[in-house]
Amino acid sequence: MADDPKFKNRKFKAVGTRPPRPDGLDKVTGRAKYGADTFAPGQLVALVLRSPHAHAQIKRIDTSKAEKLKGVKAVITSKDLPDVTNGDRDLYDTLENCLARDRALYDGHAVAAVAAIDELTARKALKLIRVTYKVLPHVTDVDAAMKPGAPIVQPRVYTRGVSPKPKSPSNVAKVSEFGHGDVEAGFKAADVVVEKSYKTEQTHQGYIEPHACLASVGPDGHGELWVTTQGHFVYRNTCAALLGMDVAKLKVTASEIGGGFGGKTHVWMEPIALALSRKANRPVKLEMTRDEVFRSTGPTSSTSIDVKIGVKKNGTITAASAELRYQDGAFPGIWAMLGAMTAYACYDLKNVKTIGYDVLVNRPKVAAYRAPSAPMAAFAVESTINEVAAKIGMDPVDFRIKNAAKEGTKSSYGPTYGPIGIGPTLAAVKKHPHMRGKLGKNQGRGMACGFWFNFGGETCTDLNIGVDGTVTLTVGTVDVGGARASLSLIAAEELGIPYERVKCNIADTGSLGHNHMTDGSRGTFSSGMSTIFAARHAIEELCQRAANTWEIPVKDVVWHEGNAIAKGKKHKQLQPLSLGDLAAGSENTGGPIAGHSQIVADGAGVSFASHICDIEVDPETSATKVVRYTVIQDAGKAIHPDYVEGQFQGGAAQGIGWALNEEYIYGDDGRLQNPGFLDYRIPVCSDLPFIDTQILEIPNPNHPYGIRGVGETSIVPPLAAIGNALSDITGVRMTHVPMSPPRIRKAIKEKQA
Amino acid sequence: MMAGTLVSTMINGDATEFVCQTGETLLEVLRNRLGLTGSKEGCGTGDCGACSVTLDGRLVCSCLVLGVEAQGREVGTVEGLADGDSLHPLQSNFIKHAALQCGICTPGFLIASKALLDRNSNPTDEEIRFALAGNLCRCTGYDKIVRAVRATATELRKK
Repeated sequence: MADDPKFKNRKFKAVGTRPPRPDGLDKVTGRAKYGADTFAPGQLVALVLRSPHAHAQIKRIDTSKAEKLKGVKAVITSKDLPDVTNGDRDLYDTLENCLARDRALYDGHAVAAVAAIDELTARKALKLIRVTYKVLPHVTDVDAAMKPGAPIVQPRVYTRGVSPKPKSPSNVAKVSEFGHGDVEAGFKAADVVVEKSYKTEQTHQGYIEPHACLASVGPDGHGELWVTTQGHFVYRNTCAALLGMDVAKLKVTASEIGGGFGGKTHVWMEPIALALSRKANRPVKLEMTRDEVFRSTGPTSSTSIDVKIGVKKNGTITAASAELRYQDGAFPGIWAMLGAMTAYACYDLKNVKTIGYDVLVNRPKVAAYRAPSAPMAAFAVESTINEVAAKIGMDPVDFRIKNAAKEGTKSSYGPTYGPIGIGPTLAAVKKHPHMRGKLGKNQGRGMACGFWFNFGGETCTDLNIGVDGTVTLTVGTVDVGGARASLSLIAAEELGIPYERVKCNIADTGSLGHNHMTDGSRGTFSSGMSTIFAARHAIEELCQRAANTWEIPVKDVVWHEGNAIAKGKKHKQLQPLSLGDLAAGSENTGGPIAGHSQIVADGAGVSFASHICDIEVDPETSATKVVRYTVIQDAGKAIHPDYVEGQFQGGAAQGIGWALNEEYIYGDDGRLQNPGFLDYRIPVCSDLPFIDTQILEIPNPNHPYGIRGVGETSIVPPLAAIGNALSDITGVRMTHVPMSPPRIRKAIKEKQA
Repeated sequence: MMAGTLVSTMINGDATEFVCQTGETLLEVLRNRLGLTGSKEGCGTGDCGACSVTLDGRLVCSCLVLGVEAQGREVGTVEGLADGDSLHPLQSNFIKHAALQCGICTPGFLIASKALLDRNSNPTDEEIRFALAGNLCRCTGYDKIVRAVRATATELRKK
């Protein structure tokens, strides 16, 4: 069975090794081409005019002077991107986010765009566009937006998930409830109940490469788009739908991607570039500035969360609940829903209930950010877990182990778990030397757990065998951080050939069937599965060719370590035929040899991690420094361990930045005050210690090699791990992220008072 | 249109002439006029280091240098790091130690790391971390980058 996804234990030869990545040389020589690194003959430069207001009615846009400026080839407003969404609400939201219609909904919302012969001309043209705004009341805080009388962000949004259906619009776009059992009875049965409230501020994915694309559309309705994206097939579908183009006539090529972390799963300005190109009938290059990236693309939600946990003195949790309020920016999302689903996923609970409120505010449309929504929920729950453990005098690791979910546990969000890694990561924490390491002066230690679902989805893969027996692996999932190396290892493993004989390419949308984007930690899981199936189909063909060559039945042929072998004594005179032999003879045995796979990769194994953190706090200034950090996570199977470790370390670093420093700061005017890397400070090299990693491998039963996604979970535990470490040293429970020096200082002073 | 300014400079050891507007940054010139797209723009404000180049051997953010300032000076970019078909040890070690994920910051890190090793052949980990603090990486947590630079320093000292 070529397409059997079930895990089968095996000895690996290629998988698990650490060869150099195939795109390494291009990336250390400056040759690799990212979103802004390509040019077309006759290309124009585009710039976008953005709203300076958090909320304003757009009464009039006068583009006439800009259009008359010499060198300007196209100016567009929403009129040039008409609504062809046919009642598809999500698509209309995307359209409105790309280019404001009658109202600007946040500081940085695009209202018009120009394409000109050079940047200087485009900049002059932007200044000539006159927009008449009527400024409207705005709201940027999630709790304020839920209060009666708050300015309504989207009059077309009525709360979903409640009955009866509301009669008036609301900033609460969606209410989501999860859980099982009877929490009220559970709290009554508890010896101790702890209730706490938390806030987390908005953070940005902070990819170093700003959004960039090169669009080219002709009046014949054919077009091309070169773009930095996590999912070029998805971008194609969305852009084609928004521009009224045929999907097949828009070819999208994914450039090398300079980081995404979820922020490049949504289209932002690509439809603008396409619309400008269509109007000017010239190629158009559009690059965002860092200011634009911060003001108008995918930050994560700011949140406000209440947690309640009841426990017996023996350490058994009797009930747990949470109310999670997440802001979605100006457009409805599923972020509070994901928070409500993930909050208690680490635990085996009889009685659990979570409610998520997705709330609209006048901020940019929230996008996925690495295990989206889980870090904030985990911050609230894992901080409270430590408080509860302290109240009953139990070690926080033992308390977690006692209540940890395991195989057969009904998860707080519904499904029953198969084999999972939360127990093993906690057992590894207990055993880890980090837990016994001596703490220095002013240092504290904390740990916390994290969960992410992982995802599979639509995947299409080709595997073609060259005349010299080398293999071209063609995948449609964007490589965000080493996937081509991992997928090449998988193809080599399955075919029984050396890694160096495989070349993995990312196909453009014209060269392969639809692929869902690289999100949900799915790249190696789903394209890995699809690669295995494609290789197995190629092997079937190779065996058939060998059978034809030998003139024996194909059932007598097996594939072993890169060779077709004739089974049984009667064929012992037949020498094995290698992949190279069969490829060289393919012209005379039926032509090209290839394998193909088109699947929905189901069964992405859930992922768990436990992190340990040591932090030092300056007693005078409350300045903090992470001095030791350890990530322990279940990978299912680490295909290329270097890049698994890299995911663990990178996620932890982002979580550390989120925990301690990063935040969007809005003024009373609703404008973002820190849209740059100077004032929105992500961790730099001198801020961090080495980040130790321990990879656990609890095979995912739904993947032939046992793979689980590894990309996201590592950002989930750091907020709480750091909060718990701060509590250990200061005796103060931090409830507001980022836990910046002023907030720590304030909390210590309040406790002393 | 304003008339451009003719600039004569050395880029990666090659005599180069270009015409640019006085307001254009060196980064814009490298990328848009000379096709040297290895230097990246991550912020345009000197905060991320993705555009790091050397100017007469000194590490600078090319987004904060004007193109006309290159007149009569020597510019070093990532495209000039390798010697023919042999990579600079930093380049080999970045690949070997998996010191890059997305790779957008890599050219800047290589230039900044070389600038460090050119003046300090035996840096401590802390010296490495502070020398690279002007270069942002969002993927790696810097762990493997520091290890790659450390390994390169050791390797170069043995030569």
